Formats: sequence, structure tokens, C-alpha cells
Amino acid sequence: MEQIKPFDPQFHFGEMATGLDRQADGKWKLTTDAGTEIIARVVVIAAGAGSFQPKRPPVPGIEHFENAGDGIGVHYAVRKMETFRGKDILIAGGGDSALDWVINLAPLAKTLTLVHHRDGFRAAAHSVNQMRELEKEGKVKFHVASVKAVHGEPGKLTGVTLAGHDKSEWHHQTDAFLPFFGLTIKLGPIAEFGINLHENLIPVDTARFESQTPGIFAIGDINTYPGKLKLILSGFHEAALMSQAAFHIARPNEKLRFQYTTSSSNLQKKLGVS
Amino acid sequence: MKIHAIDRHGKEYTLEGREGWSVMEILRDGGLDVAAECGGACACATCHVYVNDGWYEKLPPPSDAEIDMLDMALAVEPNSRLSCQIVCSDETDGIRVTVAPE
Repeated sequence: MEQIKPFDPQFHFGEMATGLDRQADGKWKLTTDAGTEIIARVVVIAAGAGSFQPKRPPVPGIEHFENAGDGIGVHYAVRKMETFRGKDILIAGGGDSALDWVINLAPLAKTLTLVHHRDGFRAAAHSVNQMRELEKEGKVKFHVASVKAVHGEPGKLTGVTLAGHDKSEWHHQTDAFLPFFGLTIKLGPIAEFGINLHENLIPVDTARFESQTPGIFAIGDINTYPGKLKLILSGFHEAALMSQAAFHIARPNEKLRFQYTTSSSNLQKKLGVS
Repeated sequence: MKIHAIDRHGKEYTLEGREGWSVMEILRDGGLDVAAECGGACACATCHVYVNDGWYEKLPPPSDAEIDMLDMALAVEPNSRLSCQIVCSDETDGIRVTVAPE
């Protein structure tokens, strides 16, 4: 952040770009999940492999129970604890998130069940101890098991099938199922931007690092071209060439002055090293 | 040294292992869909495989770090391993693995 300061950029943290549309005047309108709209002549996608999203257990039909409403169905995060009051809750996982929510939701749940594939946890030791205490007090039920199937009408979860390691299976009634298996990287909304993709990567030319949509550039792990190497070094090179090309689109009436930090007093002044 | 692998669609592969390389690297370079997001640092659980046909028991046991990281994998079974932590050697010649679901 110190390094970028002299260039005075504007950041939008905690927002995901969800839409990209070309306007009548040729400029781009980017929309975020927070409702922010940004108008620009040039868009540079430097999204790595995409966005971090919660891991979804490979249970057939689980997606039909997501976004089902407060305190019911499948949730990958807890926003308001109160919505889970009086509910039968099933939590899966063995990390800090799983155990933290076991500890926090147990006092207000009707019943709380934890399932994990082994009788051991990677979560912090004090969380594990607290969970074991709750189990002793009968406030938490723990099974070495995993969720094999989900049951109910779409949007209305009624229960799951649990399977133990001895292959035994049983039905477990629940209002809510909270899987906590961490995050994985998915391409996300970029796939809907209308840009040409090849195996979830954006093909670019190696002179401009522009996608096949003029004005949309892509640099770093998200792009692909013959000889591509996913190296930080290559990413810097791509950014430099992209900037040269993007400048002429962003400021069509200005002349681009190519300068070196070693010899340009302008640049040294801007960077505060003169 | 050979690695027999089955991808998520049930397609079978026979790949040539390389001494000292991880099974993850051989699967990835062999064209199987193994994300290996962390690049082989035992830090993401996206190279999760099932080790089949008695091969699980023949391997050196997983480290505590690998056992912990498997908590972040989906559909873990008793024969689950992270393929970045299995090193190819004469002892693993002929190993059979199946790529776990995403």
C-alpha cells in the first residue's frame, strides 16, 4: 500500500465484480455485488485463478438447498446467529470455522450435531476442548461420519443421510446443514462477462495482453498464451506491456512518455526518492 | 515406475512416475484434473486422491500436517491422501490412485 500511494488509486475492497457491460459510448460499466458501478474505457482483469468460494461437498442436489432462507437449508457462513435459534443444526468439518460455530451455536440450537471424517481436529486445541466439554454435557452430538445425501423438497431441507467409516448409513433429521471445508478458487462471475475463454483462462496476445474483446485486458494467472508461465516475474512483464497499450485507449489524445526511474527526475519526484 | 490413475470421469491412465517427484506432479502433467492450488505445499487439499488396492498401507504414513490438511478435503475416506505428499520411488512403482471429487 505504501508503494502504490504516489499513484493515488481508488480501492473497492470486500466487493466482487459481478457484471461487465459495454455502453453505447463504447465505455465499460462494471458492477459489483455491493451495487457499485464504475465506468471506464479500459478494464484489466488480474483475477488470478478467480475468486475464493466456499467448498461445496460433493452431495447430489445440495445446491437446491442453498439460499433457502434464514436458519434453514445449506449455509457456508453464519451471518446472523439469531436466525439459527431453536433449529436442528448439523455442522460438518474439523477446522476452526466448524468448531467455532459448534461452540457459538450450541447454546441457541434445538439440537447441534457435528460430523467429521475422523475423531480428531485440526482446529485450535482450546476449541477442541470446548467442543468435547459440550459433548460431555450432552449439548453437542459428535459422529465420525460424512454426509452422503440431502433430503427434502428444493428449498426445504428435512434431513441428510450420514455414513460412518464402517459403511453404515442412517437418516439424520435437520433444519440446517453447515459445511465448513474452507475455500477454493473458482472462476466465478468472470465466466459471465462475455469474454472469450479457453479452459477457464482468458486468451491474450503477447504484445498488448488484450483479450479478444478490445479494451478488456488480462494479466497474471488468469490469462493464457503460447509459452505462458505462471511466474510473478512474467506477471510484471505482462503488466508493463498491457499498461503501454491501455494508455492509448484510456487517454487517446495524450502522448505516452516512456521514462526510467534511474534517469527521470519526474518519476523520482513522484516516488519520493529524488 | 508406473502410476495407475483414474480421473473423476472414471477414465484410466497409466503414467510414468519420476523418482523424487510427487504423485500430484505426475497426475497434473499427465493431464488429470488436479487443481493443486498451493503448488504442492500441503496447504490446500485440492490434490486429494484415494489410494486403492492395498497401496495405502504400503506407503509411509501421512504426516500430522497432511492429516490436518485432509480436514479441509471433501469426501474423505480411510484411504484418502494428498497426492503432493506421496513421493515417487521404486516402492511406489505400480501404485493405484483415484482422483477424489471436487
